Amino acid sequence: MDWGYIISVMIVSAFGVEAIVFGLAAIGINMQFGYTGLLNFGQSAFMAVGGYSVAVTVIELGANFWWGVVIAFAVTIVLALLLGIPTLRLRADYLAIVTIAASEIVRLILRSVTFKEIFGGSDGQFSFGADFFALSPLPEDLAFRIGPVVLNERQIFVLIVGWALVFLSCLIVWLLVRSPWGRVLKGIREDEDAVRSLGKNVYLYKMQALVIGGLFGAIGGIIYAVGNEAVSPDFFGTDTTFFAYAILILGGAARVFGPVLGTVIFWAIIQGTDVFLRSAIDIGVPVLSLMTGTQAAVVRFMLVGLGIMLLMIFRPQGILGDRRELALDAR
Amino acid sequence: MPDNAPETRKEAAQRALADVPRVPGAPKPDPILIADGVVRSFGGLTAVDVAHVEVQRGAITALIGPNGAGKTTFFNLLTGFDTPNTGTWLFNGHDLAGVAAFRVARMGMIRTFQLTKALSKMTVMENMRLGATGQKGERLLSSIFGFLWSAQERQVTAKAEELLSRFNMLQKKDDFAGSLSGGQRKLLEMARALMTDPEMVMLDEPMAGVNPALTQSLLQHIKDLREQGMTVLFVEHDMDMVRDISDWVIVMAQGKVIAEGPPDEVMRDEAVIVAYLGGHHDKALTSSGVSFTEEAHG
Repeated sequence: MDWGYIISVMIVSAFGVEAIVFGLAAIGINMQFGYTGLLNFGQSAFMAVGGYSVAVTVIELGANFWWGVVIAFAVTIVLALLLGIPTLRLRADYLAIVTIAASEIVRLILRSVTFKEIFGGSDGQFSFGADFFALSPLPEDLAFRIGPVVLNERQIFVLIVGWALVFLSCLIVWLLVRSPWGRVLKGIREDEDAVRSLGKNVYLYKMQALVIGGLFGAIGGIIYAVGNEAVSPDFFGTDTTFFAYAILILGGAARVFGPVLGTVIFWAIIQGTDVFLRSAIDIGVPVLSLMTGTQAAVVRFMLVGLGIMLLMIFRPQGILGDRRELALDAR
Repeated sequence: MPDNAPETRKEAAQRALADVPRVPGAPKPDPILIADGVVRSFGGLTAVDVAHVEVQRGAITALIGPNGAGKTTFFNLLTGFDTPNTGTWLFNGHDLAGVAAFRVARMGMIRTFQLTKALSKMTVMENMRLGATGQKGERLLSSIFGFLWSAQERQVTAKAEELLSRFNMLQKKDDFAGSLSGGQRKLLEMARALMTDPEMVMLDEPMAGVNPALTQSLLQHIKDLREQGMTVLFVEHDMDMVRDISDWVIVMAQGKVIAEGPPDEVMRDEAVIVAYLGGHHDKALTSSGVSFTEEAHG
């Protein structure tokens, strides 16, 4: 078995575009769920808004890429308000129901035949990152090898910008949650009536957390779009949202670096088990070679699910979480 | 002890209430809170139907009544946590109809809860700091710039430490609120409410689940609130406590105010005894023993 290949795939996946995209989405969910207790099950809709705003602005409107980013943020705020205004006064479950439905609505609109002229139907949109890559100071023939995996200049530029954005987002989250503003959010997570009884406008704080978390999701969507130079609607399904939740729980909710650590480990395991199982099948390892390659792709999710179950049993606070905080829930 | 002072607020409150007629809805010389025709029904059940009630400023008023009398619902209505079907209620002359709970709190009317709402996964100190009002760092845009709020944060912390030491909780300041005992949570909730500098404190069953050792200190803290010029309205079942600390008692039964007066007089009131013990004591107890207990829970 080629362990060098497996390990280099794990390294590339741990720090690849998908790790960045899901890391940003999980940072947004951390703001909403980890700190404020808002169950946003529609993070993929915010990611879709980010990715598609950029793509449609460049291709259909013929405008600059950076206008796309501005539009992405504006639409994200509108979407968050649209979801939040009717639901944030109600119990937490209403937001969960509305967001999961809204994310499917967004995805179905994006892939619909009616709007094929704008969004490109189920194929999505391609090639809109020229303005973004024009900023790259890297030499065009740059190539970076990790074992047998080679990254070209564009990929390296996306990774540099992406990780810079991940750390900038972490810095913003850290600045926000250490402040009295963040203290109000944590109070709302614990008991919003108590916070209300102390004269805080709970509705406003929940709305702010929803918008900020959505914006991180939109940035993730934009990185996905430029990283692949393509957006397709079916990426923005509910499983994308739940991957982001899995990442957050793995890393540790309500911890600034929880989502970052979560995404690195999640993608290393997902892609690592994939190549491991496939090469095990190729060389005919007993038992494992009973599977086909397609089945192996599904089995890796079972393994991750099993891993998360074990984590929940033995370390329910996630890798970075504080056990003391969690133990208090038991009473 | 405050009793040594020339005239304590306790004496002042009791003197002001001395001439108030002992009837439901009696007008007070200086009411801080006036409720008129407040009705709240849940489906067919009218939980609260208060025609008129006034709460005297600077006094400790107890709101008592048998289970299901509508005391907590009335509390929720007054503090904006629930909306009545009809009625008006004024706090310091401001109409509170349709005012959100957080705005009621900002006006100076702070409540606590029957089931204590300590924010378990935050430390005692963070709980206290959350209570402070007008914090610059609680605004989103200034929150990321620490230098805008760090000075205020130090003031808030100093104030919190002072309050915690008054409540004998300073050594607990870095513990998670969830690790406190029931009584300590009651103390924390009261201390946190005081961080807002309230004019009126509404305590919903402050003694529920508090062990006897802590009861005395909690009682003293409530008396201290009055001496500091605050108005206290509290719901309580423990009659000894009501007799001990309250200047005035309002009795509710089946949603209505049925009696008012100083504690000793109210407890002798015929309507109150009937509400608590049922209306059958003209009959022989032996023949109506069963219905006696049933009514007591009505």
